[in-house]
Amino acid sequence: MSSQLIIASTFLLAMILSVVSLPQSAPIEVAYVRPEWITLVLIYWVIALPKRIGMRIAWIIGMLTDVLLGSLLGQHALIYMLVAYISYTLYQRLRMMSIWQQSLFVFVIILLSQILNFWAVRITGVVEWTSWYFLPSVISSLMWPWIFMSLRSVRRRFNVI
Amino acid sequence: MVDHWTSWLELVRASLTTVVTPVIVAADFPAKTLEYLSVATSTRKALIQEITRLDQTHLLLRAQTQKMRALTAENNRLRILLGSAEKSQDNVVVAELIGIDPDPKTHEVIIDKGAVNGTFIGQSILDAQGLMGQVISVSRYTSRVLLISDPSHSVPVQVARSNLRLVAQGSGATSHLNLMFVQNSADILAGDLLISSGLGGRFPAGYPVAIVNKFESQLGNPFAFVTAVPSALLDRGRYVLLVFTEDNQYSPSEKFYDKNLD
Repeated sequence: MSSQLIIASTFLLAMILSVVSLPQSAPIEVAYVRPEWITLVLIYWVIALPKRIGMRIAWIIGMLTDVLLGSLLGQHALIYMLVAYISYTLYQRLRMMSIWQQSLFVFVIILLSQILNFWAVRITGVVEWTSWYFLPSVISSLMWPWIFMSLRSVRRRFNVI
Repeated sequence: MVDHWTSWLELVRASLTTVVTPVIVAADFPAKTLEYLSVATSTRKALIQEITRLDQTHLLLRAQTQKMRALTAENNRLRILLGSAEKSQDNVVVAELIGIDPDPKTHEVIIDKGAVNGTFIGQSILDAQGLMGQVISVSRYTSRVLLISDPSHSVPVQVARSNLRLVAQGSGATSHLNLMFVQNSADILAGDLLISSGLGGRFPAGYPVAIVNKFESQLGNPFAFVTAVPSALLDRGRYVLLVFTEDNQYSPSEKFYDKNLD
């Protein structure tokens, strides 16, 4: 199977997971437990295949995420480009790190993207800062080892290079 | 930023949304399957009971509609006699809710009717109990609805009992709306029904919006603190109604009206 298709389907799965509706009886704070699936997948592919997945792909994914979540067009595109840029400049170092050190990196990156997201929404609308905004980065960094290992097994299984 | 201040990207957004429609449908699949399974596994007896109950409700509503038709005709005749404009009937189309915004701060939902079904920006959305919100972006097969509980949304209302005109603003929680700029001496009580006033030309007049649950006059403050509970089940239910009003046809000039301003 062509490797583009594999990469595209992981992104597609991440998008589905980031909009799948929660049970309506769940308390509203449960929504903050959702990891940043798309950012995690993006970071993985940039580290794994820096020659193929770069800022251009990040921009396209970001635009699609923007329409999917109804945010401003370009908001996620810009943030994902930044994420891809940082991951790309550090990919050689990141590959050397242990998986828990990578988790720490993921924590910082996702916190940064959360703050940028909050700024963009703050400028254009009415939102208040709550400490709940820290939760997705914590959850995402805890999810990272599993995301990393499953995507690596997918990459090896289908020989994506 | 361009997207926020201008409407140039509306077309880009519409076509890109059409591209991601499969993702939205796929994300809705578990909920839909669960609903289907709950119907498929319910017993024959429960289904028969359900049908009987629905039949009775149907009959009751039919009876009420008969009376309603006569009253509407009479009302219009009286309006003609008074020389005021005739009120038109609104048509509704049932739409299914297929997505909810994952961010709990924004109260937006996605419905399965889009441009091909004639949906337009600014169209009102109801459920069986009352006003739910308005359409803010339309793609080919889906559209995005801003609920009245979103903090950036306000709806012009009037008190059904005293015809007092007010503005109900979303609070960010589906449990209540805030009523803005209510004077301490205003004729408003807990339990009053608020209906849409139709001012501003965005929402059709006369649909129930909320019921006042708290009125606290604040000494030393020019305005009272008033909240109301939305009549519509904003966070429950899968089916909504799209309103097509005859006199409020889609006009291009108001297509890109800023959603934050009304």
